[in-house]
Amino acid sequence: MKVTESIVDNIAILNVEGSIDSKTAKEFEKAALSAINSQAQVIIDLSKVEFLSSAGLRVLLMIYRQIKAQSGKVVLVGVSEEIQEVMSNTGFINFFSIAETLQVGIKLLK
Amino acid sequence: MAEIRIDYYPTHEFEGIKFRRGHTLPFGATMVPNGVNFSVYSSAAISCTLVLFERGEAQPYAEIPFPDEFKIGDVYCMTVFDLDYERLEYGYRMDGPFKPEEGYRFDKNVILSDPYAKVLSGRETWRADPNWDDVYPYRSRLAFEDFDWENDHPLETPIEDLTIYEMHVKGFTSHPSSEVKNAGTFSGIRNKIPYFKSLGVNCIELMPIYEFDEWENSRKNPETGELLVNYWGYSTVNFFSPKAGYAATGKFGMQVDELKTLIKELHKNGIEVFLDVVFNHTAEGDHRGHTISFRGIDNKTYYMLTPEGYYFNFSGTGNTLNCNHPVVRNMVLDCLRYWASDYHIDGFRFDLAAILGRAQDGSPLSNPPLLESLAYDPILAKCKLIAEAWDAGGLYQVGSFPAYGRWAEWNGKYRDAVRKFLKGEPGMIGEMSQRIQGSPDMYSSRGPTASINFVACHDGFTLKDMFTYNEKHNEANGEDNNDGANDNNSWNCGVEGETDDVAINFLRHKQIKNALSLLMVSQGVPMILMGDEMGQTQRGNNNTYCQDTEWNWLNWSLLKSNPDLFNFAQQIIRFRKAHPVLRSATHFRHYDYADSGIPDISFHGTQAWRPDWAETSRVLGFMLCGSHAKAGTIRDETIYVAMNMYWEPLNFELPNLADGTNWYVFANTDMANSEDIHAVGEEHLLENQSAFFVGSRSIVILVAK
Repeated sequence: MKVTESIVDNIAILNVEGSIDSKTAKEFEKAALSAINSQAQVIIDLSKVEFLSSAGLRVLLMIYRQIKAQSGKVVLVGVSEEIQEVMSNTGFINFFSIAETLQVGIKLLK
Repeated sequence: MAEIRIDYYPTHEFEGIKFRRGHTLPFGATMVPNGVNFSVYSSAAISCTLVLFERGEAQPYAEIPFPDEFKIGDVYCMTVFDLDYERLEYGYRMDGPFKPEEGYRFDKNVILSDPYAKVLSGRETWRADPNWDDVYPYRSRLAFEDFDWENDHPLETPIEDLTIYEMHVKGFTSHPSSEVKNAGTFSGIRNKIPYFKSLGVNCIELMPIYEFDEWENSRKNPETGELLVNYWGYSTVNFFSPKAGYAATGKFGMQVDELKTLIKELHKNGIEVFLDVVFNHTAEGDHRGHTISFRGIDNKTYYMLTPEGYYFNFSGTGNTLNCNHPVVRNMVLDCLRYWASDYHIDGFRFDLAAILGRAQDGSPLSNPPLLESLAYDPILAKCKLIAEAWDAGGLYQVGSFPAYGRWAEWNGKYRDAVRKFLKGEPGMIGEMSQRIQGSPDMYSSRGPTASINFVACHDGFTLKDMFTYNEKHNEANGEDNNDGANDNNSWNCGVEGETDDVAINFLRHKQIKNALSLLMVSQGVPMILMGDEMGQTQRGNNNTYCQDTEWNWLNWSLLKSNPDLFNFAQQIIRFRKAHPVLRSATHFRHYDYADSGIPDISFHGTQAWRPDWAETSRVLGFMLCGSHAKAGTIRDETIYVAMNMYWEPLNFELPNLADGTNWYVFANTDMANSEDIHAVGEEHLLENQSAFFVGSRSIVILVAK
């Protein structure tokens, strides 16, 4: 798993590659929290994530909590249909906005 | 904050795995900082080994014997570090004597499930072919217990205000006509929440969702070659784990989140969730059964044994959980507390609950400690507790179940009386007058809320079949029609089975409407069986425990073929909701204490104020005074119900209304579609205010406005 970050218009954008599961969740959490640091708006691009386990979803929720505490918003981009399905069945989806593309995601946050 | 606790660090190492002495409580496997705490009880094992698997692997990657110093009392405890929460599967080996005649059945060759496991793997996808050669088929796993409930908490609706809908998770949405994604799952139910709202029920009671094995006793249907499985699930493998195969996300191990999400969403919609819980026996069967967990951990503690070391069989399924043993009692209590606090469950219905009142030697206790503990438990304080107050050992406690001011009961006598009354049996009027009052003859001190009223439930005929079959037709179960009850009190209305005869079909629908009407105008708590609101049939099978097949799933297209039934169900449920006079928490007093000029309840016959109690009578009218609603604290409309189960129409003289109001017809089951029932508030003014011609086998409901 790899996380790269960039900041566009005061929005922290995290690009994740690989699987987010119990083996990589901690690393993802660390990278994500340091990247969002003081940003209130976050986009997590999951288009290169093929597997998101229960532990992975929990990290996403932690990020959501952190951002919410800063009165911000989290948008997920490029979520595969299968992952959306799991997120919907388990209720995680209710906490996030989901956008098809990065551009749409940025618009949602403006 | 720095992690300054010194027990965050290991003290021991075994084949590269680090661990230390654990905490004795809580039992089970608990995530702790840096590791997992394991704790398991056995009163007679001489040693215990923790067995660790990487998820799905055939062989364990480690087996760590508990060092002697990690045992406190009869509890083995250990904290193991650096385990992968998601990929871990764990179990135990217990060594000890194998002396069945003394009650010991230890076998260290068997890897045992943790009785306190919160998730079980092995049956993640419903009816997926299991690995029959697995060294450890039902594997204990860890559950994330950090679900975000937001503001949710159990609804605490007063029990008398509930309308319960008894349903099967798989059967509710498996039929193609359900048209939901994730058919047959918790998620599928979530898609149907608007349906519950439309029907009007505010409580769903789920048939067993504790992990069970649908493959238990699986076999072929001798007629069709179809596979028969354990569809109902009254055979618990583990009490703390939800059935993974009931979750769309079970294959990802996320059944806990999926179920909690369903419950949270139901609560948002004002719908309570009850679980049908099976604490009377386990899936381990009798002495010929498989050892899964309890038998190999502490046979003597968990089961009621005969002096020869065999299993008492009060459950009819091979063994009996020893639930009044103090340790087992605590397990049941821990389990219910867990479901109430971690899953926000609103109430529990206890299968064969009479067993919970038996002593360790099987004799009935007058003051059973388990039932008392549950009744007074601080965490369960607002949970509804409902007993199926009988067992397969002949103990029948309907009306006498030890209640401690808390317990309600499935009122089997209500079911039997209503069925007999509806089929026109003589001699039922006296009893019916009690049943519609919430059975004060049975629950004089407990009040009407002790009575869960039902006419049909999963066990037996559906309402439709009750009026379509005189006899059970269980051949498809492969037991030569010997299984299932014979005392169904059913009546086929003239022809056994389905027919094109218009008159018979009209009568069958009318009888279903009569049954729904009686349920909704009776004091107590009504319960409807899934599908009875649309005429669901089981083809005359009254014991469909093994039928995971299309005809046994809820057929949603019946909504289109029987719109009159569904409309009737909707309106009659709304009627009950609209009228507090139907939902009293206390028994009637039979006099006028609200100064309205009439008593709270009065009985009538074809002549007003003169009920006919004769053996030959099939007629009863009753009037509920609106000024006495909720013990006189609320003003409601006065309601009059005329029931004519005679085979000819009869003219009923109506009680006079002295307060200037008039009688309006809300329902008349004898009328053809769309005239049979009206929406609340749109009742029709009666032309003749002094009498009503009530059709044969019909019920008429009037309101005074």
